[in-house]
Amino acid sequence: MNVTLKVWRQKNRNDAGRFVTYEVKDISPDASFLEMLDVLNVDLVKKGEEPIAFDHDCREGICGSCGIVINGRAHGPGRGIATCELRMRVFRDGDMIVAEPWRAKAFPVIKDLVVDRTGLDRIMVAGGYISAKTGGVPDANAIPIPKPIAEEAMDAAACIGCGACVAACPNSSAMLFVAAKISHLALLPQGKVEATTRVQRMVEQMDKEGFGNCSNNYACEAECPKEISVLHIARLNREFIKAKVL
Amino acid sequence: MNQLIAFYNSSIGKKITMSLTGLFLCTFLVEHLVGNLILFAGEEAYNSYTEFMVSNPLIRAVEILLFASLLFHPLVGVLLWIANKRARPNKYEVYKLNENAPLASRITMLTGGLIFVFLVVHLRTFFAPLRFGDVHPSAYRLVQEAFSDGLYSAFYIVALIFLGYHLRHGFQAAFQTLGLRSKKYIGLLDAVAFIFWFLIPLGFATLPVYFYFFFNSASTAAKAMGVN
Amino acid sequence: MTLDSKIPAGPIEKKWDTHRFNLKLVNPANKRKYTIIVVGTGLAGASAAASFGELGYNVLAFSYHESPRRAHSIAAQGGINAPKNYANDGDSIYRLFYDTVKGGDYRAREANVYRLAQVSNNIIDQCVAQGVPFARDYAGYLDNRSFGGAQVSRTFYARGQTGQQLLLGAYSALCRQIDVGSVKFFPRREMLDVVLVDGQARGIVARNLVTGEIESYAAHAVVLATGGYGNVFYLSTNAKASNATAIWRAYKRGAAFGNPCFTQIHPTCIPQSGDYQSKLTLMSESLRNDGRIWVPKQKGDKRKPEDIPESERDYYLERLYPSFGNLVPRDVASRRAKEMCDNGYGVGPTGLAVYLDFSDAIKRLGRMVIEEKYGNLFDMYHEITGEDPYKTPMRIYPAVHYTMGGLWVDYNLMSTIPGLYVIGEANFSDHGANRLGASALMQGLADGYFIIPYTIGDYLATTKFKAVAEDAAEFRGVREELSAMIKKLMSINGKKSVEEFHRQLGKIMWDNVGMARTRESLKKALEEIPKLREEFWNNVKVVGESNDLNADLERAGRVADFLELGELMARDALHREESCGGHFRVEYQTEDGEAKRDDEQFCYVAAWEYAGRDKEPVLNKEPLTFEYVKPSQRSYK
Repeated sequence: MNVTLKVWRQKNRNDAGRFVTYEVKDISPDASFLEMLDVLNVDLVKKGEEPIAFDHDCREGICGSCGIVINGRAHGPGRGIATCELRMRVFRDGDMIVAEPWRAKAFPVIKDLVVDRTGLDRIMVAGGYISAKTGGVPDANAIPIPKPIAEEAMDAAACIGCGACVAACPNSSAMLFVAAKISHLALLPQGKVEATTRVQRMVEQMDKEGFGNCSNNYACEAECPKEISVLHIARLNREFIKAKVL
Repeated sequence: MNQLIAFYNSSIGKKITMSLTGLFLCTFLVEHLVGNLILFAGEEAYNSYTEFMVSNPLIRAVEILLFASLLFHPLVGVLLWIANKRARPNKYEVYKLNENAPLASRITMLTGGLIFVFLVVHLRTFFAPLRFGDVHPSAYRLVQEAFSDGLYSAFYIVALIFLGYHLRHGFQAAFQTLGLRSKKYIGLLDAVAFIFWFLIPLGFATLPVYFYFFFNSASTAAKAMGVN
Repeated sequence: MTLDSKIPAGPIEKKWDTHRFNLKLVNPANKRKYTIIVVGTGLAGASAAASFGELGYNVLAFSYHESPRRAHSIAAQGGINAPKNYANDGDSIYRLFYDTVKGGDYRAREANVYRLAQVSNNIIDQCVAQGVPFARDYAGYLDNRSFGGAQVSRTFYARGQTGQQLLLGAYSALCRQIDVGSVKFFPRREMLDVVLVDGQARGIVARNLVTGEIESYAAHAVVLATGGYGNVFYLSTNAKASNATAIWRAYKRGAAFGNPCFTQIHPTCIPQSGDYQSKLTLMSESLRNDGRIWVPKQKGDKRKPEDIPESERDYYLERLYPSFGNLVPRDVASRRAKEMCDNGYGVGPTGLAVYLDFSDAIKRLGRMVIEEKYGNLFDMYHEITGEDPYKTPMRIYPAVHYTMGGLWVDYNLMSTIPGLYVIGEANFSDHGANRLGASALMQGLADGYFIIPYTIGDYLATTKFKAVAEDAAEFRGVREELSAMIKKLMSINGKKSVEEFHRQLGKIMWDNVGMARTRESLKKALEEIPKLREEFWNNVKVVGESNDLNADLERAGRVADFLELGELMARDALHREESCGGHFRVEYQTEDGEAKRDDEQFCYVAAWEYAGRDKEPVLNKEPLTFEYVKPSQRSYK
């Protein structure tokens, strides 16, 4: 199949950036979107042009590196997938595809489709952990955890930190990302000990990074490759109120 | 105090302000609707109800809270809106929020803004004369006259549709922000939310419909009979 | 070169305890005076860096990713082994040790393996304390599943995302240390060389991938946790960025490379569908717990799998290995699948696939149970192939997955360069010629949390260090060499893209140094690889600028290293005239097609020593002795 790709090119952080249009020919519908970019990039290199920079690594939807807004949707059309899992078969022959980077003040563009998401790491550094020292912990079976609780914690822990929630949110809010970690750790008995300080510090850092506010659009949940529920945001709010008010 | 300011200043704190003021306004809506429905009980009942409302000191005290909410809710809303716009300085070329978020959630600023305009008009039509002026001949007549104007009734109903949309998003969002939405209660909340966004505006809408179509025609018919 | 494995004396179950006691300690107040560099922040690197930070060392951690959470450890699906014996099925430390030595086809060090089995229980405790949401039963206790190569249930798992959850656990421990300031994390930095001062590893030179700057970092010791080199085959289950540059450049500075030819081919991957394909996707081996592998009995049977009656199906693993059935080790399962396809029984459009069928399991356990166990894997398969594995069998084919080989290390995990430690997949140590499922996560975390924090202290406490700064002549020299190499890559301006060279190398490797190797194929590879390398340095085209984010340049450096490493792999495979584990030499097999080891001649670790450009590397041998698990022909029948 053939497609027309309109893609954001930006040399570096300070460059203004612009869209450039490319014709991509003879792509297999079974190829992934990123493989389509690979093919285009080899062509560009051969022509002596710079290939399109984009983050990617595992290409199986778990590392969270990739992230492109495709035709106005974070990770492209479809539910529960990362960009690397998007297959060309969802497009039609001759389609025009617009590819843009995640856009948020907290995610400055580094180059083309590559953005700086280290803000998410700084939120994690501000308390997204349990202070368990290496060694000196009880036997793994010492604390039984009810299966439904463990399952719910796992649902939240499945977050891959790709930032699609921020990209999809009209307010560039990182609430779903923060909520996933808060919820995961607040559900588990091991995590409850530090729950009060954790939620306050992580929310403070989130605000400092310049993410927007949650206005409960739930676009984040719709675009999350791991389909993390917004009910975790409710838990984050609950934890925050508990910490601040109670 | 510092703690409280810090709480308010956080993104979640602001949202909680939104939800608390919003929910307070929701309780007011219930009270207001009950009051309005007294109109169906006849002129005398309604007039004594309005008399009670403007003279009772407790109601007066709550009124202050109400106006504070009426100002604070949109004010914080606008502040959040501005902050949210700033969080994405560069816009998307193509952005299909419509495929990810329900309509009501995407137009809260619009619906909220229109409700605000409506409120100004509404307060001028009803509240100001009732509360500060001398209503002649009666509160009931004031309402009846206002709704006999087709344009005004239509405006009122359109505003109610916007209110419905605003509530449709706002009501459940308030519970989400307060951390009360959970797997266990989501069913119950959704049911209550439905009552709110659907039945409350519908209840309000019965009045202009009644006064414009039925009350009017009833009195016209009487007039016509008198002429005959 | 002399190889001193430093294996402590005494009975095997006492070795580690005795050794730990004999290791010198660094005074707590002095720890912050020592700087340790950790390169790579996957499971091994992140856990090591976090543990060093916790002990009080000054840690500099480097990753070419933007965040430690992107490391490829995250993609491990199935689980992590530990002989907790929670299942009450007769498991013990000794049994895990035994299974690992046997599974590795008697090419691993007994002492290392025993230690690994010993500390693996602590890993589970540690991870649970960190909040890793392992699967649990209805009483709230930890659940286990079984895995290939074992007859007990000792694998702990978190759905199909065990690697992710363990990495996030290690990442959170690392975050905690970054928070308190003991670890400084450098994102988007690629280590390009290790710097030696007076023969000791004293720092690294790295490229800032955003600005292109060549930066120097000095330290008292350097730990490489940079993963495996499976991407030398181009198509593998490794992540796109996974590369051998760090260990390869360390090799060229004097670190011996152990058993480079030992690569693992994973039996359950989604088959290749076209030339554009950039990588192969693995489906966790845990699928073999409930899935049954089969091919049609009739060659070239093109019927839909559902239409082939039970009597016309060949469940060949169950037939050939009645006691292990579908749970034979990876090397056996892979080789048998290849054999079936080579003999014309393969299925799917390319004929390079076998069926993995869940219909029996769904009938027996119900769709709900299968969904809970493997839901995300099924979704992934559906997403990629467009076929629903709940309705039709999966098609699978083996793919390169893991490299057991790596830099040679002693019992302390130190390479042949003093002060240069190698942990996780990057070293050669614990898996011998074949790694059992759910053991990679175990080894990475064992090295990082529970082994290197002790052993590195001994080195720091007993070594004299002279003051070395980043502007020392040794650093300057390395920086200049690297700048010259980058300049050269950028200036060739030939006709072929880096990608094309990589694919070409991958094909040579897969065809000749892949699942079944022959003397001829290896010799052919030894001829073709140098030719391709020659062409690369004359005809590669790298575009863009060097002082900028330039993925093409990054890849060029990595492929340049693969072009050298591939040759060493072929050389090692050619010299090892036996079949063992993942190394299958067609000439050396039993009558019924099993790997035939030669313990007389090859019961050793081949540690290759760099001898200089265009010179043949020197082979050093570390003999392996087996006091506890006596070598026998592996039998899974």
